[in-house]
Amino acid sequence: MVVKRHLLEAADLDRDDATLVLDTAAQIESALAGREVKKLPTLRGRTVVNLFYEDSTRTRISFELAAKRLSADVINFSAKGSSVSKGESLKDTALTLEAMGSDAIVVRHGASGAPHRLAQWVQGSVVNAGDGTHEHPTQALLDAYTIRQRLGRLDGVRVVIVGDVLHSRVARSNVWLLATLGAEVTLVAPPTLLPVGVGSWPVTVGYDLDAVLPKADVVMMLRVQAERMNASFFPSAREYSRRYGLDARRMGTLPDEAIVMHPGPMNRGMEIAAEVADSARSTIVDQVGNGVSVRMAVLYLLLGGAPGSE
Amino acid sequence: MTESSALPAEPTTAPLLSADDVGRVVDRIAHQLIEKAGPDLGSLVLVGIPTRGAPLARRLAGRIETFSGVRVDVGTVDITLYRDDLRLRGVRALEDTRLPEAGIDGRLVVLVDDVLFSGRSVRAALDALRDLGRPRAVQLAVLVDRGHRELPIRADYVGKNVPTSRSQSVKVRLAEVDGADSVTVTS
Repeated sequence: MVVKRHLLEAADLDRDDATLVLDTAAQIESALAGREVKKLPTLRGRTVVNLFYEDSTRTRISFELAAKRLSADVINFSAKGSSVSKGESLKDTALTLEAMGSDAIVVRHGASGAPHRLAQWVQGSVVNAGDGTHEHPTQALLDAYTIRQRLGRLDGVRVVIVGDVLHSRVARSNVWLLATLGAEVTLVAPPTLLPVGVGSWPVTVGYDLDAVLPKADVVMMLRVQAERMNASFFPSAREYSRRYGLDARRMGTLPDEAIVMHPGPMNRGMEIAAEVADSARSTIVDQVGNGVSVRMAVLYLLLGGAPGSE
Repeated sequence: MTESSALPAEPTTAPLLSADDVGRVVDRIAHQLIEKAGPDLGSLVLVGIPTRGAPLARRLAGRIETFSGVRVDVGTVDITLYRDDLRLRGVRALEDTRLPEAGIDGRLVVLVDDVLFSGRSVRAALDALRDLGRPRAVQLAVLVDRGHRELPIRADYVGKNVPTSRSQSVKVRLAEVDGADSVTVTS
């Protein structure tokens, strides 16, 4: 990255930046492959704080592992059980952490734009690990990495993103990043689960999953985010599953080389059938593994150089 | 004409080794490796330090095979993530790390680099090797040793010793990376 200080959104990355992250991740993965000591001394003496205001399993653990494999010190902070429950603001929490010497803050927050605000307040680097319904850039990077690893390219790859686009920061980040990297993105969702303004995104929009599957190289299933569903967006789970779920029959209509992705956590039987999730086409486990390499690359590129340099 | 005296002196570049010289030097190091390794030649692993140590290691392996008929393993170790000057110079893109299938445990590893200067690259490579396995012994082969060591490190095989001043720069070009072989010194 002609090095930026923060990673706030995938839309900020140009093609060279994004490619550098993916190439760096690939080199890190091959450098660590088959080693007994899966640790590099690169960020020795640096401190990374995982500041999580929302629940997370894989993202937090993935960032923690990435930072530890680069020898950084890691502090995990979850809003539950902290002074946040006493009413401390995001700003005060961040300044407190920084006063204790953190070099980077990896933040997940329920409010879209929280990482951007944070970046204005602190001296160190800020990495967005998911903000509201806005962006989740490292997920998009690991998805792009996984596609490139499986299919050998990103340019011209036809990616279909299916489901709850409205609430999905994963979808947003992927749309921007994949378009930057030359993929052709199609969104398929019930009209109620598409955001206003989707017409200005670099995508094609469709409502019929069966029509697009035979021409897809990648199908990315989104989780139905029940916790963000405060209105009736579709008639019933069964109805949703029948029209927008990926089952074995639908998977059978994909081209031979096509892959199936899911950012996790999955609702098996809802947006994705168990037999699809466990099939050879599924990259779901690869995505988790690749997440660590990609996050190592991001932390290295943001923190490896001179402190405060841009 | 008076203005030109205010300008810094034009840098001058002098040739140190021609393409033929580079070939001869590589041949000589290959012979030395064969002689010194003796019956251990089969357990030898040549590990190049990118960028130019990597093709150099492959060339040495090629010459060793030509001269002795023994095929030696070749690998590369990228040292970027082990450097002690990342904070000074900033991050850079990584290069390949590839080790032979059989690994380096219990084997004779010869690190290969183009120029030996401060010794910091070699230190980083030694740190990297420690994470990759436990060689029986580690040696160092370089095309050019230009002096000015900052660490207690020396090379076992040296193509050419070149006394330089710290401000000079030694540039190695290799066909695989730069299109042609040459070594020059710019002051």
